Amino acid sequence: MRTFLALCCFAVAGAAFADDPTFEIAIRDHRFVPNEIAVPAGQKVKLIVKNEDATPEEFESKRLNREKVIPGRSQATIYIGPLKPGEYPFVGEFNESTATGKIVVK
Amino acid sequence: MFATAVIVFRETLEAALIVSIVLAATRGVAGRRVWIGGAVVAGVAGAMVIAGLTGVIAGALQGIGQELFNAAILISAVVMLAWHHLWMAVHGRELATRLRRLSDSVREGGATLAALSVAVTLAVLREGAETVLFIQGVATSEPLHNVLSGLALGVTGGAALGALLYLGLVHVPVRHFFRVTGWMIVALAAGLAAQAARFLEQANVLPPIVPQLWDTSPILSEGSLPGQLLHVLVGYTPAPSGLQFMCYVATIATLIIASRWRSTMTGRPRQAQAT
Repeated sequence: MRTFLALCCFAVAGAAFADDPTFEIAIRDHRFVPNEIAVPAGQKVKLIVKNEDATPEEFESKRLNREKVIPGRSQATIYIGPLKPGEYPFVGEFNESTATGKIVVK
Repeated sequence: MFATAVIVFRETLEAALIVSIVLAATRGVAGRRVWIGGAVVAGVAGAMVIAGLTGVIAGALQGIGQELFNAAILISAVVMLAWHHLWMAVHGRELATRLRRLSDSVREGGATLAALSVAVTLAVLREGAETVLFIQGVATSEPLHNVLSGLALGVTGGAALGALLYLGLVHVPVRHFFRVTGWMIVALAAGLAAQAARFLEQANVLPPIVPQLWDTSPILSEGSLPGQLLHVLVGYTPAPSGLQFMCYVATIATLIIASRWRSTMTGRPRQAQAT
């Protein structure tokens, strides 16, 4: 278990070094998990959204100026920023009543 | 049912407004109804195919397949609208004259009709594919009659606004008619070019240059009806990037200059030959 965790950390650190800082959000039962993430300001950020539901979802944020359809049981990569500090709300357009969240840029 | 209708309406609106503008812009060209009607049908059929392939497209090219696909569709539509606009620079006067005299339609509009039909097909295909995906998702959790009535309501709403726009446009005095539709085509093309730019940024293919030039979402949200209408008609985006803004302005400038140049060239053929 410990080796596994260490490997995970290594993999995440490796990806972050090789690339822009990466953050993951899951979609579960038409909700974002977590529904709030903090990302650094002034830096391009790679967002990975994993749709664990069987149905498609559209990640959409007017303030981030992004939209992307994510088919059921698949993941999508969305590049955002570099952003100024502040709050950037996003929704799952296909399930707007439950799928809401925000990115806090610090 | 209403939640479904609202989303379908949103997705339908862009395609419906584009169809209306194209229908108005081709007034007086023979065979336009068949061409554009056919383009809508082709777009709906294409939307179903693309919706079925979403997973494949999204997963392609290391996860940026969807962005590249959307950008390619949008850029093709921009090229087709530009083609039409330049064609109008030469034939606009003739079309306007015939419209004024209520005489017969222009026969030689086949090429521009083909170009605009491609633009319409692409618009319907892009928005339609999202609608099909959404409907498939909703259909797994809601009773079918609810889904279908929501779909019907949303499509009717979008089409009704499109029809309103068309009716408004045909009431523009003939003198100004093609100037107005010309400007609408230019604004539409510029908005689509800016959307294409955003997809390329999102895929990390092009840099945003300036990530956010301004943010007017607290004043006019793109989710509101006026915001949506402006988004389609003039490419309104509450928080555009520098790249988007540049693409928008460059499209408008290119179309204005190219169309002026073409109309002077054909308007004074003798002088053009002499020089």
